[in-house]
Formats: sequence, structure tokens, C-alpha cells
Amino acid sequence: MKGLTKEYVLKRLGMLILTVWLGATIIFIIPRLAPGDPVEGMIGKMAITGTHIENSEEMIEAWRARFGLDKPILVQYFRYLYNTFTFNQGFSLSSFPATVDSMISRSLPWTIGLLTTATLISFILGNLIGALMAWRGTPKLVKAALPISLIFTSIPAFMLGILMIYLFAINRDWLPYAGGFDRGLTVGWNWQYISSVLKHSVLPALSVILVTIGSWALRMRGMMITTDGEDFMILAKAKGLSPWRIFWAYGVRNAILPQITALGVTLGTIAGGFVVVETVFAYPGLGYLLFEAILNSDYTVIQGIVFYIIFAVALAIFIVDLTYPLIDPRITYKKG
Amino acid sequence: MEEKVLMDTGNSNIKTVGFWQSPWFNPKLIIGSILLLSVFLISNIGPIFWDKDMALVGSSPTNVVPLWVTEKPSGLLKDADPAHPLGTESNGRDMLAVLLVGTPRTLRIGLIGAGIGMLVGIILGFTAGLMGGWVDYVISTLCDTMVSMPGLAVLVVIAAYIPQMEVNNLAMIMAIFAWPLPARSIRAQILSMRERDFIKLALISGSSKIDIMFREIMPNLLPYLAASFVVTVSGVILASTGVETLGLGPTRIPTLGTTINGALRATAMFRGMWWWWGPPIVVLVIIFVGLFLINVGLDEIANPRLRGLKS
Amino acid sequence: MMDTKTADKNLERRQVALDLKDLNVHYETPEGDVIAANNVSLKIFRGEILGLVGESGCGKTTTAMAILRLVQPPGRVTKGSVVVREEVDIFNLDDQELRSARWKEIALIPQGAMNSLNPVMRIRDQIADVIRAHDGMHAKSELKERIAELLHVVGLPSRVGALYPHELSGGMKQRVCIAMSIALQPTLVVADEPTSALDVIVQRVVAQTLLDIREKFGMSILIIGHDISLIAQLVDRIAVMYAGNLVEVSPLKKIVEEPLHPYTKLLIESIPSITEKKPMRFSSGITHDLRNPPPGCVFQSRCDQVMDICHKVVPPLLEVDSDLQVACHLYGNDE
Repeated sequence: MKGLTKEYVLKRLGMLILTVWLGATIIFIIPRLAPGDPVEGMIGKMAITGTHIENSEEMIEAWRARFGLDKPILVQYFRYLYNTFTFNQGFSLSSFPATVDSMISRSLPWTIGLLTTATLISFILGNLIGALMAWRGTPKLVKAALPISLIFTSIPAFMLGILMIYLFAINRDWLPYAGGFDRGLTVGWNWQYISSVLKHSVLPALSVILVTIGSWALRMRGMMITTDGEDFMILAKAKGLSPWRIFWAYGVRNAILPQITALGVTLGTIAGGFVVVETVFAYPGLGYLLFEAILNSDYTVIQGIVFYIIFAVALAIFIVDLTYPLIDPRITYKKG
Repeated sequence: MEEKVLMDTGNSNIKTVGFWQSPWFNPKLIIGSILLLSVFLISNIGPIFWDKDMALVGSSPTNVVPLWVTEKPSGLLKDADPAHPLGTESNGRDMLAVLLVGTPRTLRIGLIGAGIGMLVGIILGFTAGLMGGWVDYVISTLCDTMVSMPGLAVLVVIAAYIPQMEVNNLAMIMAIFAWPLPARSIRAQILSMRERDFIKLALISGSSKIDIMFREIMPNLLPYLAASFVVTVSGVILASTGVETLGLGPTRIPTLGTTINGALRATAMFRGMWWWWGPPIVVLVIIFVGLFLINVGLDEIANPRLRGLKS
Repeated sequence: MMDTKTADKNLERRQVALDLKDLNVHYETPEGDVIAANNVSLKIFRGEILGLVGESGCGKTTTAMAILRLVQPPGRVTKGSVVVREEVDIFNLDDQELRSARWKEIALIPQGAMNSLNPVMRIRDQIADVIRAHDGMHAKSELKERIAELLHVVGLPSRVGALYPHELSGGMKQRVCIAMSIALQPTLVVADEPTSALDVIVQRVVAQTLLDIREKFGMSILIIGHDISLIAQLVDRIAVMYAGNLVEVSPLKKIVEEPLHPYTKLLIESIPSITEKKPMRFSSGITHDLRNPPPGCVFQSRCDQVMDICHKVVPPLLEVDSDLQVACHLYGNDE
């Protein structure tokens, strides 16, 4: 009786496709809103910023053909959709003949790895702290942490990142200030490389974690208090169950449900903030790639990255949505 | 399961309270407002005492350290100069002037962006809430989709294609992603109010829907609208600073975010020029903390239950 | 003659399942303490079903919660003792002992069983919880059997165990709560309004179930409610409460045929009858302010037989006849 029903999965899949399609369409429309031929537009802007383009003649030809600019707009649109959904974003303008997809596939694992880990840590720790706060017997020191971490939530992650770089990486030499790993190390499954990667991911991850953990804790605390007032809690106490059992199986298990919904909604914001964090740390993920692309007016890369970010976030939300019925047996009965 | 055994004794406990006891005397609200007001005042009055033009490129000597720095972080930097108490950066901008010029611009982006966003959000939220049906369905689906999208990413694409980025068009772009959240919460409020009896009474007694909207619903919504506005301003400044830090902000005259971007591009961090990226961050933090406190304060006023809650 | 005398002696030799003495529960309010339970003393015997009735707010649920030590702030128990099986003083147990005494000695069928089941746990897990907490770990198959048995006793098929609460109807959920309450064969089961919010037919089933478990297991049941006509079909004795005070305790037959306390009379007379047409009786006066009870009898402002002494002296709960107690100046020493 519990779990996924076909209707639920299909509905969520529909949302995924709708979001991705909407994103792709917006990315298609925007360059065409600017007056003139999109390729001219790109080249024009690059000329202003003084970027030198290799092989510009061939590239312009390749682009013209790819865009199919002589064909009606609808044909262009469908060609675009086809290319996008077959993961073919074309060539980079400033790093021609490198393809957008190859550049992204090198950066993507870094972003996904760090962001997923940081989000999970923040979610789990934040909710744990929040739940413990609502329970008696938590020491006052822990409880004082809440208002402090709350103030952090109003600051953007990248600013915290800058501050931390200054404090811990430059003033003191505790942690590295930039990059994904130390140069000169052989990439691979050796301990030096892995430990270097880990060291470099601490500060960027912390920036995201510290800024989001407060809101999870606050809301979880509220949910635990609400749950504690429910009728089934009274019966649980009357049954003489151990406090731990009541805390986990009756309290947390129920209070966590709305938090999972909230996780899906906030993923987009967290991802957006993380993009800037990578920039600050020169962390070799999608964010830094975007920063460089903007610097070089590399429009195709910009569009490609944005599309993949939209896609990745929508996919992550889809996955989170799928886990929800597994935890809340009631969900398939609501208009899931 | 508790018995409610209280009976109405007929005592009226209504007394008018003075300012010091009223819920408006909320410490968080007051501190937050003070923070914001100071930022606002200083950035508006400051230019009277300080030359704004020193914020322009090349107007001042480059790489001057701030007044109180005794040991220069690197030999390539120039000695402190009383004409530039907060130092200068490598483009020849005086930092104090940059702050005085950039802060109001950042604030303007926040206010205009949030203003437009709120306006659109209120209109759409009301429409969705009051009209229901397929109108509601379309608007709600749009809201839900946009809220879960990585807004910053889309804003980057849009911003990248604007040839000359200025404060006003940056603000308008921000409004695009600022409206869904207010729209959603207003719609939710309206839906819950619609079922309340005093609305039904108004409907029965023949008031037109517009009448109801303005006379009955609006006054009750004002606290939520105020809090929503504050949150939206904070969100717009956050997003716009992010876009600016990535390099897509207004180009000629600095804002707080574009200054940070400049610092990043010039690797100010490693050159030890903390006075380049530090002051904008400090000002931004004051703004964010101020807005946050105002929001929490407004929340506590609107929701008396929260007032007694201490962690 | 001899028969009634030995009958009396048998009554006295009956074992006491629960002995509640001088229970006082106060609720703190900004304008003063409300006395929710005022010196309530009650004995429940082994194997009997006792009904505790009264209007909303009279203190019956508070009394029940107090027995289980579940009174939540702003309420607090200021005085009293609860002794189970003449051995275990519930109020003197420390946290650990209290936890193990709960459910084993006294179980609860809560008011609003609809919401009393954990929405994210299967039925069998919730029942298993209570068995494991008190009887130690059990082999899965043993547990399964035991739970199936319990479900059968209340007339539910064993496949109910695999379901979640939202998949059950109101009546089924209520019966699950009953099954859970007898899992450890407690001395006393407190059923707080077990049939409210159920439709008439289901009420009947639930009522019958309660009778069945008493038959089968011999446990005492304390039923709390305000629907006398329904409760009357289940109980051996009835206790009547008004404004936090116990005013009459009497065997069913006697209280229905010949209610003594003026309040009880009002209650009995207000039961609608299918056979005869009764004029509606309104009681005069209003209930007093519970923060500030007047000196004397708590019912004085609504009593139509009120006397001078009622305004001055609180009538004690006296045993007026065998097994019959009343707190009223109309009866007592001068009888």
C-alpha cells in the first residue's frame, strides 16, 4: 500500500519535463530578443571586450549552419530542442574547437560531488540539531547555537566564503584558498590526490553548510514542537515507550516529512548560490566555468551551463520527490 | 486532552498599552530598522562631505592602503594617504567614495526590483486566489515551476545578453524571479481568508469583489505584505549581488557587487588588498542582517505566539 | 437476610484494582488556578466496569489523565495517590519505574483514537512497540502470532496489522486501540470517550468489544463519557462528576431507578426516552466561576433543593447505602 504509484511518478516526471523544457525555451528565446543575428551579436560583444577569436571565419560558418539561421524560427526552435535533448550544446566560442559538452562534463562532477555532499550534510545536521533543540535535556550551549546560525542564513554563501578564505587561508595557512586540488598531483585514486581534494572542498562546502543549516534547524524545531502536541504522542507516552523510541519513531519520523518537501523547493536556490561560491574559490566546477565564460563572452558555454544547471536541479527535485512516498505512506492518497 | 474549564467572568481585560509595552516595540524590529536607516542615511548624506567622483576609474592614485594600516601587506602598495582613508584599489577608485556611490545603487536595485516583483506578485496572487479555476491552475503551476528553478542561472543568461547593463534594467530582471514567492504566499492567504466568515458575510451583503479585496482582505494582509516585501528586497539584493559578482553587473559606475567582482578579477585577495572587497561585504552584511531582523520582528508582531519563544 | 449480609461481606472482600485517593488537579491560568479535580476519591474493583460521567469540563478526562500521570502543563497534580492492585503507588514511582508500570498496570484507550495512531507506522509495529518495550524482545513469529490474536479478540482480521492508520475506518482504528490496550493484560483499562465521533452502529460494535474483553480477560475498565444512555449499557457502577467534584457513585440499577444527588437526577431525567414523552427540564442558575468556587457545595447555584447549609459546608462523599456514595446534604448523617 505504501510507495510509488504510476500516477505519482508520471506526474513528477511531467513536472521535470515541463521545467526543463521551460528552461530550454527561455534560453532559446533570450538571445533572439536582442536585435540582429545571434551570431553577429555574439561576435560583436566579443569584439567590444577585446577577446580574440581563432579561426573566426570557419566558426561563423559552422555556427550559421548549426543555427540554421536561414530557416524559419520554428525550425530553428525544434532543431535547438533536438540538440538540447540529445545533449549536444555545440562548440565553445572562445575555446573553439572544444565542445561545450566536453567542457561541462569535466566540471560537472566537481559541482555535483561537492554540492550534493554539502546539501546532505546541512540537511541532516540541521534537522538533527533542530530536533534535539525541541527535546528536553539538550544542553544550553547547543541551544544558543540556533540564533547565531540563524543570522548566518541571511548572508549569501559566497560572502561567507570570501571571509573564510581571508581568515583561514590567507591570514593563517590552515586551508587552501583556491582550486580543486593542488597542482602537480597525479589525478587518480591515490591518497595524496584524494586528501588534497578533500582539503580543498572544506571551505567551499562550509560556506554553503553554514548558511543553510540555521533554517533547517529552526524549522525542524518548530515541526517537532508541533508534532509533540499531536494526539498520538500522548498515547506514545502512555504506552511507556522509551524516550528515544518516541523521539525517533514518533517524533522525528513525522516531523521530517515537510522538511523533505522543503528540500526539493530550496535546491534551486542553493544551486544558484553555489555557482557564485565556486567563483570565489576558483573551484573547478560549473560555477567557475560560468565565471570564465562570462569573462570571455563565451555565449554558447554560458547557455550550455545554464541549461545543465536547470536540468540537474530539476532532476534532483524529481529524485527527492520520488523518495517522499517511501517515507510518508499517506502521500499517494493525497493529490500527490 | 486538557479540559478547558475557564469560564468568562465578564471582566474586560482590554487596556490600551503604551508604546513601551506595545508589540511594535520589538527589539529586533528596532535594531534592524536602525541598521538599515544608518546605511541609508550615511550613503545619502555622505556625498555631501566626500567627493563622489573619486569613485571613477583613474580618479585617484592606485593601490593606496587604508589610513590605519601601519605595515603594508606588500611592497607594491602605496603608503596611506589621509585623502583616501579607506584606501584605493588598482583601478584608481577611492574606496570610501566607492562605498558612498555603490551603496545607494545597490539599495535602489533592491527596492525597484522588489517593488516591481511585489506588484506583479500581489496582482497575480490576488487573481489566482480570488478567481480560482484554470486561471489559478496556470498561475500556481507557473509559480511552482519558477520557485524550484535555479533562478540565478537563468538571470545570468538574461543578463549576459543585455548590451549595457544599468541599475534599472538589472532591477527589472531581478523582478522576473522575485514575483513567484510573494504571489504564492498571497494566494495562500487569500484562499484561507476566503473561507473565513467575515468574507462570506461581505459577499452575501452584496459587496463587489473589488470592494471586498480592498476593504476586507487588504487590511488583514498588510503585515504579511510588509514581511514579504522585506524578504523580497533581501532576496533581490542577494541575487543581484551574485550576478554582479559573476561579472554581469552595471559597468561604469560601481555597485557593491561589481566592486567585489573587480576585486576577484584583480586577485585582490592574494595581493592582501582586503580593503577592496572587505568594505562592500561589511556594508552588505549590515544590510542583510538589518533586513533579517526587521523580518523576524515583523513576524513576531504578526504572530504573538512567537513572541514568547526563546530558544 | 443472611444472603444480603454475606453479599455485603463479599463486596468488602472484593479486590481493589485501582484506589484513587484525594486527587487534586489544578490548572494555572493568568487569573488564578482553576480546580479541575477536587479531592476525588474512587475505588475500582477487579473485573468491574465503572462509568465516569458528567458534562464537558467537569473534570472526568483530567481525572483519567491524572491516573496515568499524563496531566500536561498548565495542569498539575497538587495532591493525591493512585494505588494499583493495592501494591503499586503510581505517584511514587521514578521515571524508569513509571515507564515500565505504564500499560502493564494501566492502559489507555484515548479520546480521539482517530488521531492517536502514529500515521507513519504500520499497525502491527505500533502494537509490537508496546510489547517489546515491556516484555523484552520477541521473535518475529511470536510477535506476529500474538498481534494476530489481539486483533482477533476485537474482531479484526490479522491482515489489518500490515496496514497504516489512514487505511482504516474510524471504528477499526478504535478497535485497534482497544486491541493495543489489552496487549499486556493490564489491571485497568481507561477508555476515554471510546464511542464519541463514531456512528451508532459502530458504537454498538465497540461497546460490545469492550464487554467481550472484560469477559475474556477479567480486567477492570474505567469508561469516561457524557452519553449516559450508551454508557449505561456497559457498566456495573456509575460515578458522576460535577465541576471537578465527585457527587455520586452508585450501582447502575440504583442510580437509574433512584438517583439521589440533584445533579444526577437532572442527568437521568434528561435522557430522552423512546417510550414516553417527557417535558424538557431546564436547570436554573449558571455554573460558578471555577477559579473561585463559592464556599460550600459546588452545585449550589443550580440546585433546586438547595438549603442553608449548602452555602457553608462542603458535603462530604458519604457511603449512604451498600456500595452507594453521595455528596449531598440531603442525605448523610441525618439519615
